[in-house]
Amino acid sequence: MCTGGMKEGAACLVIACLAVPVQAAAGDVRPQPEPEVDWALQIEGAPLIMTGFVDVRGGVRTQNDPEEDTATLAETRVQLEFFRDLDDRAYKLVVDLLADPLQEQQQVNLERGKGVLDLREASYIATLSDSVDIKAGRQILTWGTGDLIFINDMFPKDWQSFFIGRDIEYLKAPSDALKLSFFSPLVNLDVAYTPRFDTDRFIDGDRISFFNQARGKRTGDSDVLKKTIPDDWLGDDEVAVRAYRLLGSYEVALYAYDGYWKSPAGFDPKAGDAIFPELTVFGASIRGNFAGGLGNLEIGDYRSRDNSDGKNPFIRNGEYRVLAGYEREVAHELTGGIQYYLEYMKDHDNYRDNLPPGVPEADEDRHVVTVRLTQLLMHQNLELSMFAFHSPSDNDGYLRPRARYKLDDSWLLEAGANVFYGDKDYTFFGQFEKNTNVYAAMRYGF
Amino acid sequence: MKYSRISCSTVALIMTFVTAAVAADAQPESAAPSVEEIVNSSNCAAYYPGDSGRADVLIVIKDDKGGERMRQATMLRVDTDPDGCTTQKSYVYFHRPADLNKTAFLVWKNPDKVDDRWLYLPALDLVKRIADSDKRTSFVGSHYFYEDVTGRNINDDIHELVETTARHFVMKNTPKDPKSVEFTEYTVWIDRSNYIPMKVEYTDRSGAVYRVYEALTVETIQGHPTATRARISDSHIKGETTITFSNIRYDVELDEKVFAERYLRNPPRKYLQ
Repeated sequence: MCTGGMKEGAACLVIACLAVPVQAAAGDVRPQPEPEVDWALQIEGAPLIMTGFVDVRGGVRTQNDPEEDTATLAETRVQLEFFRDLDDRAYKLVVDLLADPLQEQQQVNLERGKGVLDLREASYIATLSDSVDIKAGRQILTWGTGDLIFINDMFPKDWQSFFIGRDIEYLKAPSDALKLSFFSPLVNLDVAYTPRFDTDRFIDGDRISFFNQARGKRTGDSDVLKKTIPDDWLGDDEVAVRAYRLLGSYEVALYAYDGYWKSPAGFDPKAGDAIFPELTVFGASIRGNFAGGLGNLEIGDYRSRDNSDGKNPFIRNGEYRVLAGYEREVAHELTGGIQYYLEYMKDHDNYRDNLPPGVPEADEDRHVVTVRLTQLLMHQNLELSMFAFHSPSDNDGYLRPRARYKLDDSWLLEAGANVFYGDKDYTFFGQFEKNTNVYAAMRYGF
Repeated sequence: MKYSRISCSTVALIMTFVTAAVAADAQPESAAPSVEEIVNSSNCAAYYPGDSGRADVLIVIKDDKGGERMRQATMLRVDTDPDGCTTQKSYVYFHRPADLNKTAFLVWKNPDKVDDRWLYLPALDLVKRIADSDKRTSFVGSHYFYEDVTGRNINDDIHELVETTARHFVMKNTPKDPKSVEFTEYTVWIDRSNYIPMKVEYTDRSGAVYRVYEALTVETIQGHPTATRARISDSHIKGETTITFSNIRYDVELDEKVFAERYLRNPPRKYLQ
């Protein structure tokens, strides 16, 4: 079955060894033409389904960055997903094998997703009773209403993958967690417990240069951020809770999180390390049909517990975050979305009064507007999209144009860019200005 | 035990069910049914057979250059209006192609207001709400529109019985809001014996028939006549799509609560196999 120009011999071999094609059950109404059979290995009567893809991807900076290489991406990735599906439970394993010459550290680090193997998921999913589901192990977790803006989704993100043009699924990094879900007519409750803090796969200078507060300038590959990550099992844990239900056709939710800032949000002046201070978040959201489209509203109260009065200049201040979004079809096969997002610093006066000399001052309000346009063409096989972030307060922004073409049911071509701009070196998007890049990819799904 | 995944997509789910049920309501030859009765019976037969149902769906999309794409899914459906053929919830779980595997789609059909739609993207664990906008947009890249899958609201057209043949009621349907659709009218051939729509021809502004739906195979499943194979060809967008339903079961005692976010994230496996 290793045809169709697939050159990845190793992947082919794995598939051939594992897969046993199965036939449709006797008595089926046989469709014309016959459907492809699935890959499945019979184990005690339950199928083990294997799917996956091979993804070859390359990207380069469009300008010189004194801190980084020109190449941003040069990788071949084979993702294998194994899924064993039983009536009341399932097992899922998703493994990425990665050949990436740009990666300086080839040693496997499952927490940071470094090395030749990235374990995306290894989970056990079960329905314990009529009203309780459990999902345990390594898993991708998502909730909240924003489009590429996260307020109450405190699960790890991979910002490096996002900024260099990996597939959007890599924006979400895995959590090692236990998720219990309780369902009742009154309210549904999700509790996700992460026994050891999972950080974002944050920007630290490796591959993407950024404004290093401690250095007072942009740094990159040669001066990667030093950090101290809370990493005690059970001691440095995280809990995220969501209570949600439908009110009419509106989805309403309340959220709480207790853990740490997911990306560095402070500095230990003695050790010279970036740190992840303690954080508690309370939030709420609503989403539903609105004015011929879809509206959403989400808020969050970020309580930076190690700096509750905002006077500590080395730890990020608490914030209120607000997001309002609207999306609708604006023409045939053209969808448009717009979002307004605000980060309001709680104790800006205290922050400013205690700011060390020479450190650039952040505004009390950070406003961001996003626009998404997605056009589908040629039987939805060609997708042209643009996602734009712009901050009028920071005067910076980030554009994500992308084209995807499905050659057939297996082959996909993709090209896009990540364009950063800004007046200043230290604002959120402006700091990445030297990382503006273009990329192209080819994917074979099986 | 052989294992099969012939299912395909949302569209199919609904169409399958669409076809079935009105036979029981068919009137004796002597009492000619009214236009309203024909329209209602056909709507019920096509989209509401049984109180619930499940089917595997295979969608084969052919373009005019010979290219072919396939989608496989399993569709579940429950009717939530005990007295008529109005509100309905449906769930589509995709198996193929690879980039759609485990993607799930949920629709709460509300004929009196906008539908509620959700899409689950497994790689991101993301439950995405989808705007209920243009119903005449392609369903998963096929020649079927969302409206073909879920059923066009019978109140959106003026219906007229133009001919009664030995086998068919021939209905002409004119949209009340012509700007909202790409056709000027469509004609439906409804099988008089079971109220299954056997053929639909759409006419464009030049008066030409450009889009044709045909029920290719009709089988009776648990007493419900069901179009198990159907095709839409379209000379404007070129090419055709054939949908085949298999493993159809009606009245499967589906709990309505299956049609919720819980089962987007954790699919109701016993109904999908």
